[in-house]
Amino acid sequence: MTTPTERPEPIPGTHLFDGEAAAKGFEINAMCYSFNDAANRQAFLDDEDGYCAKFKLTPPQRDAVAKRDVLGMIAAGGNIYYLAKLAGIFGLNVQDVGSMQTGLTVPEFKAMLLAQADQIKQLEKANG
Amino acid sequence: MAEIVGAYFTSHVPAIGNAIHKGLQQDPYWKPFFDGYPPVQQWLAKTKPDVAVVFYNDHGLNFFLDKMPTFAVGAAPQYDNADEGWGLPLFKSFEGHPALSWHIINNLVEDEFDITTCQKMLVDHALSIPFELVYPDADAWPMKLVPIAINTVQHPLPSAKRCLALGRAVNKALRNWAGDERIVVMGTGGLSHQLDGERAGFINAAYDTFCMDNLSVDPDALTRDSVHEMVRKSGTQGIEVLNWIAARGALGEGPATELHRNYHIPISNTAAATMVMEPGVLVPA
Repeated sequence: MTTPTERPEPIPGTHLFDGEAAAKGFEINAMCYSFNDAANRQAFLDDEDGYCAKFKLTPPQRDAVAKRDVLGMIAAGGNIYYLAKLAGIFGLNVQDVGSMQTGLTVPEFKAMLLAQADQIKQLEKANG
Repeated sequence: MAEIVGAYFTSHVPAIGNAIHKGLQQDPYWKPFFDGYPPVQQWLAKTKPDVAVVFYNDHGLNFFLDKMPTFAVGAAPQYDNADEGWGLPLFKSFEGHPALSWHIINNLVEDEFDITTCQKMLVDHALSIPFELVYPDADAWPMKLVPIAINTVQHPLPSAKRCLALGRAVNKALRNWAGDERIVVMGTGGLSHQLDGERAGFINAAYDTFCMDNLSVDPDALTRDSVHEMVRKSGTQGIEVLNWIAARGALGEGPATELHRNYHIPISNTAAATMVMEPGVLVPA
């Protein structure tokens, strides 16, 4: 166990959505939450700049959205459950979003997921 | 006196809803996953629960980050689904059980759990997909619902130990409920997966197997890691296993018997799992 002043060892490739991220990302997550309403999704598509301005996206958030840069959105406080709603507007699913973050192509990312079924075989082998 | 008939645990990946909608149950990609559900359907047909107490996490449908309860108990007469941002067909509504909800709420607060109560509550795929999987042909869900949402989204999250204790307090409340309902407890989400960051696509079958092997016989074994270490082992969204741990608590403190397990990699980005347990140790006939 760690004391409150001690930070646990970071997890590689992992950005915990904590209070600091939640505070930093409030605007972009609020915009994404609004996409639960179809009319808002259309309003974003009709005028992306205007829609982002309405939600007062911070410059790093606006930049990351403009570049469709998922890791940039996360660095700017975006939470993946909310960003998934934005991704949906562009017709992107979680494999597409995975590809965008890992540098793999979408077929490579899907193949990587499928290949992990080998973990089960290895466990079965190890346990006889 | 109410009876807790058992517990049903399942993953709740949104893509499952899409596969159901498109009728892909026999598709080679989906078949090994959907084949895990007929045994659950048969068990439910036999045990005939009329109330479900479901531990799940909301994905930005009912709760936004302006107010984020650690534990929230529904006390609504009805729970509706709504557009989660993807314009998918809506899931069926649930009938609530406000009297039992308030009984649980009263007991939890008495036991010093400082929960949030929700008289209006939208429920998302995390609640609906588990029902779609086991009642594929139902026109209406055959049981009433008490939903209990756990924050698995915004850290700090409750510890596994606290989630297990919450579940055990719910168990205590169910055991002293005067009604004669047959109650099934459910935990949804997981198992290992990670959607965000450079480690997206992370899956850990060894940790999932540890969780599944211990959940029935020694659930406290799942509570020894901090949330941070659990995320390391199960992924940023694999931490949804907290819902399973709480549901296991609601099955009761004693040992439970595992009746069914299915585990398949991958469904979407997720190691998908299904389990059924009954309270107590079954003695072979």
